[in-house]
Amino acid sequence: MQDRANHRFVVTRHDFSMLLATLRERGYLLLGPTLRDQAIVYDEINGAEDLPAGWTDEQEAGQYKVKRRDDNALFAYNVGPHSWKKFLQLPSLTLWKAQKTDNGFKVEERDEATPRMAFIGVRPCELRAIAVQDQVLTGGDHIDPDYARRRKHAFIVTVQCTQAGNTCFCVSMGTGPRAEEGFDLAVTEIIDTHRHEFVIEAGTDTGAEILARVPHRSASEADWQNAQSATQRTAEQMGRQIETSGIRELLYRNAEHPRWDEVADRCLACTNCTMVCPTCFCTAVEDVTDLAGQTAERIQRWDSCFNSRYSYIHGGIVRPSTRSRYRQWLTHKLAYWHDQFGSSGCVGCGRCISWCPAGIDITEEVAAIRANDGGGMEQGRKTNE
Amino acid sequence: MVPHPVSIRELQRETHDTFTLTLEPPDRDQGLSFIPGQFTMLYLFGTGEVPISISGDPAYPMRLVHTIRAVGSVTRTMQHMQRGSMLGVRGPFGKGWPVEEARGKDIVIIAGGIGLAPLRPVIYHLLRERGDYEHISILYGARCPADILYSRELESWGGRFDVDVSVTIDYATTDWYGDVGVVTSLLDKVRCDPGKTVVMTCGPEIMMRFAARELNRIGITDEHIYVSMERNMQCAAGTCGHCQYGPSFVCKDGPVFRLDRIRPFFGTREI
Repeated sequence: MQDRANHRFVVTRHDFSMLLATLRERGYLLLGPTLRDQAIVYDEINGAEDLPAGWTDEQEAGQYKVKRRDDNALFAYNVGPHSWKKFLQLPSLTLWKAQKTDNGFKVEERDEATPRMAFIGVRPCELRAIAVQDQVLTGGDHIDPDYARRRKHAFIVTVQCTQAGNTCFCVSMGTGPRAEEGFDLAVTEIIDTHRHEFVIEAGTDTGAEILARVPHRSASEADWQNAQSATQRTAEQMGRQIETSGIRELLYRNAEHPRWDEVADRCLACTNCTMVCPTCFCTAVEDVTDLAGQTAERIQRWDSCFNSRYSYIHGGIVRPSTRSRYRQWLTHKLAYWHDQFGSSGCVGCGRCISWCPAGIDITEEVAAIRANDGGGMEQGRKTNE
Repeated sequence: MVPHPVSIRELQRETHDTFTLTLEPPDRDQGLSFIPGQFTMLYLFGTGEVPISISGDPAYPMRLVHTIRAVGSVTRTMQHMQRGSMLGVRGPFGKGWPVEEARGKDIVIIAGGIGLAPLRPVIYHLLRERGDYEHISILYGARCPADILYSRELESWGGRFDVDVSVTIDYATTDWYGDVGVVTSLLDKVRCDPGKTVVMTCGPEIMMRFAARELNRIGITDEHIYVSMERNMQCAAGTCGHCQYGPSFVCKDGPVFRLDRIRPFFGTREI
């Protein structure tokens, strides 16, 4: 999109519903935040009426609670337990099926129609997480065909963050609270006593085209300033922060830091952090057959480096201790990822902090290692030799 | 990334727990070309898939050969399959041994147990292009005489005047007159110029660690030592995550690594 300033509009609360209806009419499956089981989750929605109007959340390490607001804001909360990963890299996916034949078997590749999805309310950190997953699953020699198919037609409506949660640290990771690119439309919700409207920026031609079908007015300089200052305030309210300078080297040289033992005493190896993480991409495959043994299939499921069998090779488990699994997870996310994919694997969404049943906080763990850089190395626990 | 059905042409018992499968290649015209050190994923209908190094001769792509140790549900079933039975195959995958970089150098091959299988293709290659390499030594360690893999071939290589073959075992039986002890103890016998030697080693990690230490001691630096690593592998394309070893994915960045490139992780416990 050239000349972004000419693609900024204002849409009223009423017409915002129309925007979603328009996407639906255009054949998109609407996916967005909705209130379920006392949490704001991502699911199929029919329209703006299914958004969690008037709800917010309160988060802390190991805590997540939804709460009523005194207005009807549609997006005045932070990220919940779900991420868009569940629509792009499915939690469970049949990769192929095989039929037994007279002299062996025959493999049938899946050929499933993929819905055209519209993601409503993708936060800037999540937009970055999608870009990270794009790099992991489609940026190398091998392209994950199922992910690529789903991703290709996804229409992204970003919601710029007008408030920060207690576990947010997108500013530290350079991923938010305002997204500048990667979306079809980017929405800043403006709500106060006398107005409820959305400043919307089109990031692609498709986005501009959809927006053109909805009543709107061009954003004035004041509207735009208003939207900008809303996210600037958010940047100043970050609940957490992480010092990222030299973090890769910090973690490389602290593989034997005593903090890993300390965090292992608290970590339950429950896998929650990896399940809620929007960039964790590990999957396991399982081969199954029907009862008659005539049809076999391979199912791919989300896996976690906290599972014991994750590192199983004949003769044993490479990472039997929780210490080594936590170290693997955190070091992969913040250090190895740079070598593997050219960026951090962490986007600062804070989900792993809120959803850890033991309240383990990645920002606190890194700070503890940094505070005692090189601690424990001289104690000779370095190698087996 | 789906397995190609292929039939078993030959199944040969090697030791009590190892066997060699010769498979028909998926492409019956071209065969399956591979670089020594690469592996494939072998699929047993409805049961699962296992990563297995190719142990055949790279000059004969029509013969797809794997030597397998029966250790899990898939490999134990494979051990008892019949000629003509079908398996699935994907691959080849990964980075192999440095046969090009090694030209003109002294070569030391150090293998432990079934670790000889991924090295056999490179031995075939070295012997075929014998004139391109200087002194060649093969050091092999097994648990006991009955566990010596490819014993006939080791004997025949040992009978050549242009290759030194040494075999040692951990536990001697009364009919064993050879060396007893760890494979690294054989290094003292090796004739090589440490400054122009390439070492290729595959075996248990503990063996490779001690080998590296001894090699460093005799003046062979990490840049000239290549190790074949093993981790859990499922996708073989670097996307399932299981084979991570520090920042490397063993399935695509390895399984063969130049030691200096993984040195920070080599020997770190539970990495």
